[in-house]
Amino acid sequence: MELFGNPAEWLPITFAALMGLSILIYVVLDGFDLGVGVLTPLVGDKEKDRMVASIGPFWDANETWLVMAIGILLVAFPTAHGYILQALYLPVAVMLIGLILRGVAFEFRAKAPAHLKPAWNKAFFAGSLMTSLSQGFMLGLYVMGLEYTLFTTLFACITAVFLTVGYSFIGATWLILKTEGELQRKSVEWAKGGIWGLMLGMAAISLATPFVSPRIFDKWFSFPEAVLLMPLPLMSAGLVLLLWIGLRRLPTADDSFAWFPFAAGTSVFSLAFCGLAYSFYPYVVPEKLTIYESAAAPESLIIILAGTAIVLPTIIGYSILAYTVFRGKARELRYD
Amino acid sequence: MDTLLLSRIQFGANISFHILFPTITIALGWVLLFFKLRFSRTGDTKWMDAYRFWVKIFALSFAMGVVSGITMSFQFGTNWPGFMERVGNIAGPLLAYEIMTAFFLEAVFLGIMLFGASRVPSWVHTGATFLVAFGTTVSTFWIIVLNSWMHTPAGFELRDGVAHATDWMAIIFNPSMPYRFFHMLLASGLTVAFVIAGISAFRLLLADRTDGVRAAMKTALVLAATLIPVQIFVGDLHGLNTLEHQPQKVAAMEGNWETGPNVPLILFAIPDDETRTNHFEISIPGGASLILTHSFDGVVPGLNDFVDEDGTINHPRVAPVFWSFRVMVGTGLAMLAISWLAVFLMARKRRGVDGLPKVMLIGLVGMTFSGWLATLAGWYTTEIGRQPWLVQDVLTTAEAVATVPAGMVLSTLLVYLAIYGLLLFAYISVIFYLARKAAHGEAVSAAEPRGHAATLGKLAEQA
Repeated sequence: MELFGNPAEWLPITFAALMGLSILIYVVLDGFDLGVGVLTPLVGDKEKDRMVASIGPFWDANETWLVMAIGILLVAFPTAHGYILQALYLPVAVMLIGLILRGVAFEFRAKAPAHLKPAWNKAFFAGSLMTSLSQGFMLGLYVMGLEYTLFTTLFACITAVFLTVGYSFIGATWLILKTEGELQRKSVEWAKGGIWGLMLGMAAISLATPFVSPRIFDKWFSFPEAVLLMPLPLMSAGLVLLLWIGLRRLPTADDSFAWFPFAAGTSVFSLAFCGLAYSFYPYVVPEKLTIYESAAAPESLIIILAGTAIVLPTIIGYSILAYTVFRGKARELRYD
Repeated sequence: MDTLLLSRIQFGANISFHILFPTITIALGWVLLFFKLRFSRTGDTKWMDAYRFWVKIFALSFAMGVVSGITMSFQFGTNWPGFMERVGNIAGPLLAYEIMTAFFLEAVFLGIMLFGASRVPSWVHTGATFLVAFGTTVSTFWIIVLNSWMHTPAGFELRDGVAHATDWMAIIFNPSMPYRFFHMLLASGLTVAFVIAGISAFRLLLADRTDGVRAAMKTALVLAATLIPVQIFVGDLHGLNTLEHQPQKVAAMEGNWETGPNVPLILFAIPDDETRTNHFEISIPGGASLILTHSFDGVVPGLNDFVDEDGTINHPRVAPVFWSFRVMVGTGLAMLAISWLAVFLMARKRRGVDGLPKVMLIGLVGMTFSGWLATLAGWYTTEIGRQPWLVQDVLTTAEAVATVPAGMVLSTLLVYLAIYGLLLFAYISVIFYLARKAAHGEAVSAAEPRGHAATLGKLAEQA
């Protein structure tokens, strides 16, 4: 393995990239199904069923990316894993309870006696909301260096709201793609509202990160980096503008371009994520622990990497298969 | 209470709650595959009726297992950072392989298995069912590998207190792994057999004597009667393996304080960790020696051998291990008795399921979740039996615990307990609700050929 240079250098980078990829896939995929969950109180019972049907076959696999991401943190950066999760003890607990509630509510709302369905619908919404808010809170606290002060906590509360709005936005764009008629029209309206939250949230984090850390400030505002990085904010701004224009023309009569908001939303999420990743590299615990300091032993990382190289393409392959089987407008979920 | 004890209770509560559902899904996946294959082979709709009913319970159990499993992957970090810091080089790759080879497989194909029957050809649906069942079993394999390694660590060396892998084959096929793996798979098979038998008995008692219910009932009882003797045999081998590698655990299971020959088999006692004796002991002379060494004067290890000269105790608290072991064995014997009696009654005069008297059906309903009881008791025996170690002779539980304040752990613990209690209640109620609903007509409509408009409408309502 000396072929590729020093394994103590390239292995941590590889795993940081894999973890980043898993988090990004998670944020987009579970982002849309959490967002759909947050939007459910806005509609009646029949439409709720349709919304749940649009995410039913996917949510479980989507959440697996969270396990993958946390798994990589756990196995590749064990000391960082302990540090981050102890610092985030309470928000993690809130998130887990949220995930439990919504995960089981999927099943119970369809299988429990009819008079209990409204209660499970509430649990589904509450779970989705708790998960989104706590993830946003963790994002904010992470950006602030995992320190609890009045200011950082307030900032984390703000990102909690914005990430929830962001998830609702991508959830709405998913519904534009997967539904039709009245529900699709409503989804367009939700997406129009959500886009403002998305912009404000991204602006807040983009402004906050350089000012919290002089190191990040230097990374963005020194020459030639500043010029080379320009495409990132410019492309994001362009996509948001296109979304803003596009949403005004949706839904179209022949349902063309129904895919566009989701695709564009996903791209905006990805760009924002790249920006964050660039800011924090090489730290896995902001300003405290780099990926190199916290990486597990090379002989353990190699054995995981060998497996990943074979398995990850397979996972992506059969995930695409599953999305293909359930392509098109969401239909009623049936067991036969 | 301190952070250590609270964290242990919290993790114990989580993992106890979690294991209930994999115990069902591991074997139920294979039973569903069996139903599907029987349907493909015979074309008899009764197998599809059984499939449709049990796939719902599978879906419900799977969701419960997923969400409680995610909780655990986070608790390694929030409550037990020392575990990954010290043995992460071993545990990490094993967990990673579990996620990559099993978790995704089952999660992705579950969607097709549950909702894809009308969207993909029948053989693809059968294939998805197989992959989900296969995935749960592979998942079991990796988790059991890691757990067994914590009991009988092998294939590693310590550098500055941190474990580094030296031989992956020795790590994976560590001394207790094969026993634990088959013991758990059989436990899952038995749990599912009794759940299916119990719920089918419940439906029979509600006068739901459709062919689908009979088919499921017969499958379950034959499965139970076949697996239970195998389980007793494998359990015995597992015990002998434990005697070799973790003698202090066996000493606690037997409630034996002094090493020596002719050790009695204790049927009842109240072990006292303070006075280091048993109260109110009822025992069979020489029994433990006979079971563990296959000879009356075989030497059985005693707990007093595991106390250092400075008074440090290197064995677990005796009472919980002693009692959970007896609950497990007792439940297993009850399973043996009822399943063999039931199969005998079915075989007599070839009357099949109709040969089962009402009292037997009521007994089976009572035994519905007996597999859970035995599985939990078995896990308590082996896990509490490993204390004070987290990884035997490598890392103690106390060294691995997080420095989170006790109050914080207590608050999350109480919330988890409340939610788990509620969910367990909801889960069991919904299973019996689905059974009642099915008994009142669903099975009849589902038995009609597919494509019939009215039937489809009804099915859509039920799904």
